[in-house]
Amino acid sequence: MTVALSGKGVTEELAKRIPGAIVSSDDKGIIIASDKLLPVAEFLKSSQFALDYLANLTAVDYMDYFEVVYHLFSLQHNQSLTLKTRCYDRERPAVPSVVSVWCGADLQEREVYDLMGIAFEGHPNLKRIVLWEGFPGHPLRRDYL
Amino acid sequence: MEIEPGLPVYSSHELNVAEGAEVERMRRTMDQPIPDPADWLEERELSRNILLTTVDKAVQWGRHYSTWPVNFGLACCAFEMISLAASRFDVSRFGMELLRASPRQADLMWVCGTLTWKMAPALRRIYDQMPEPKWVLAMGVCAISGGTFRESYAVVPGVNCIVPVDVYVPGCPPRPEALMYGVMKLHEKIMSQSVTRYFSIPLITRGAK
Amino acid sequence: MTELRTEPFVLNMGPHHPSTHGVFRMRVTFDGEVVVDVEPMFGYLHRGIEKLAEGRTYTQNIPLTDRLDYLASMTNNWGYVLAAEKLAGIPVPERAEYLRVIVGELMRIASHAMAIGFLLNELGAFFTPFMYMYREREKILDLFEMLCGQRLTYNYMRIGGVSHDAPPEFWPAVKRFVREMPSYIDEYERLLTTNEILLARTKGVGILPRDLAINSSASGPFLRASGVDWDLRRKDPYSIYDRFKFDVPVGTAGDVYDRYWCRMQEMRQSCRILEQALKQIPRGEVRTPVPHLLRPPVGEVYGHIEAPRGELGFYLVSDNSIAPYRFHVRPSTLINITTLRQMSLGWKLADLIAIFGSIDVVLGEIDR
Repeated sequence: MTVALSGKGVTEELAKRIPGAIVSSDDKGIIIASDKLLPVAEFLKSSQFALDYLANLTAVDYMDYFEVVYHLFSLQHNQSLTLKTRCYDRERPAVPSVVSVWCGADLQEREVYDLMGIAFEGHPNLKRIVLWEGFPGHPLRRDYL
Repeated sequence: MEIEPGLPVYSSHELNVAEGAEVERMRRTMDQPIPDPADWLEERELSRNILLTTVDKAVQWGRHYSTWPVNFGLACCAFEMISLAASRFDVSRFGMELLRASPRQADLMWVCGTLTWKMAPALRRIYDQMPEPKWVLAMGVCAISGGTFRESYAVVPGVNCIVPVDVYVPGCPPRPEALMYGVMKLHEKIMSQSVTRYFSIPLITRGAK
Repeated sequence: MTELRTEPFVLNMGPHHPSTHGVFRMRVTFDGEVVVDVEPMFGYLHRGIEKLAEGRTYTQNIPLTDRLDYLASMTNNWGYVLAAEKLAGIPVPERAEYLRVIVGELMRIASHAMAIGFLLNELGAFFTPFMYMYREREKILDLFEMLCGQRLTYNYMRIGGVSHDAPPEFWPAVKRFVREMPSYIDEYERLLTTNEILLARTKGVGILPRDLAINSSASGPFLRASGVDWDLRRKDPYSIYDRFKFDVPVGTAGDVYDRYWCRMQEMRQSCRILEQALKQIPRGEVRTPVPHLLRPPVGEVYGHIEAPRGELGFYLVSDNSIAPYRFHVRPSTLINITTLRQMSLGWKLADLIAIFGSIDVVLGEIDR
């Protein structure tokens, strides 16, 4: 049975290695400051948590901020963790890309860029994927149409 | 392998932008349905001389028993079309032995599934590449009117905005027997058309390049 | 002898093509016939399901999920209702769980049969294995029609159970099918597994190394063929899968042949699960009463199942209203395509088609 790692368990280790990364944590998962996302991702993959499988990458538009959600799994230990990061800029939201850590994030980040408009810095090929070039706007935002 | 200087360098981004511009042009100009070809309804009342009637009958008999479809299987309905072509609901007994992939060798286009605006230029192009006489069968509610996805930002509200449709087969997805019934109706329509149709009626060119 | 100078050639394998996987497009750059670059392009079936789902109630979204991976609609429904039940905390009666497992495994057999049939179609066995597989699939579709009236997009599962119980003529038909299916699988294996053309075309072609498979979030038989033992029915059992004894076939080399082999063996294991489920199914009701306009508490959930093509996940965010605030589908096939380019570099055009066929994509799920 996959055990969902509690946010608090991961928080201590993370606070030691990368101070200032954690914004908040609870039983469900942890919220990371977006500028520290890449070091946190590398740490989570290579540390004893061995969260080497990115199951899902998606974004939600709460009107005040965008939240990018990562569901991570560890195939070795059969554990899971939910990682989130927030982006408060509405005009040009940007978040670092985790493609260098988990290459399965490639197409999923392109899709989030296409439908929500969040740019991923460091992505090798960030362009529209399901909609055509020239489509006005980003449809999955709550204020579209 | 060296790339010779002077050869056009392929730029993926420029190609994408050009295609996107074509999609946007279609989205702005082609949102009204093209009227269905209904000329065959008037022809029944016209009197024709006996020689032409026999010629008509012979030619149309040959045509309707050997319509070769080009399968434009887009979504779920495509699998009911494939079921129709498989061994249980065999459609080759009606002359549609093979589902041709090339439009140049086909005379019937089965549009099965949801058409999106991104796919619309491809649909129009395939339709234009088919030689006359050609017919279009819209299969499934998504092809008829947009179906469940009608309010979506990316779905064409009915294939008849892009190409003129001869037969509509409703269903989500229609059973293979329903599709076969639609094909029978198309055969009746073909039988009742005249060879002179192609001499006098202008080709429907709205939206074609 | 003078050196032969070649130039790269870009071919557009356009959205309309004879391979029946759907409206998938690839821009391939060739040097002669060897693939130098592949750029997959999709979105030709993007219907905006995620946006439409925000305007429909939780129960109205079930038919929308049918149309995602339309070759395995039952498992799509199951993933969604599992996520919704987790979110709202709704229990499911025992009989409904067993019915779900039975239809889920029948769906897996039908889906894998199609996948193998289409793979062989692309290798050149023009329609014969496909017609054989279709024979079995038609039997399964008849069973589903007996159950819920539809052949392709079932809309059978509901939040809190299944929509209605099976009619009495369903049970002898399923038992007969389960009795006969292993012999049909033996027939296919006899014809295909040691077939020299299949072996020559697929052994060693399009290898996906184990580390790359994990890193690129591959799932399903595609992942297991590369030697990773990760099956959600075993590792994170949902529903009642912990009560059944079955093996999980794991490949070794990660080539096209191993993916074909994994799917073939999974069909056998599905028959095993079906036998056990048919023996154990209890009587009872099939649906927990749930309010017509369900309002789950504020929260979010990620519910995932092992669909025939991989891990199908649903991420639902609720704000206590009748429609989900965010409905996201984690598509198994979109993520499996991530490594298409790396797997096909250096192979020829015909191998590219075989590699793509072995990933077993359904465009409805990629584009949503």
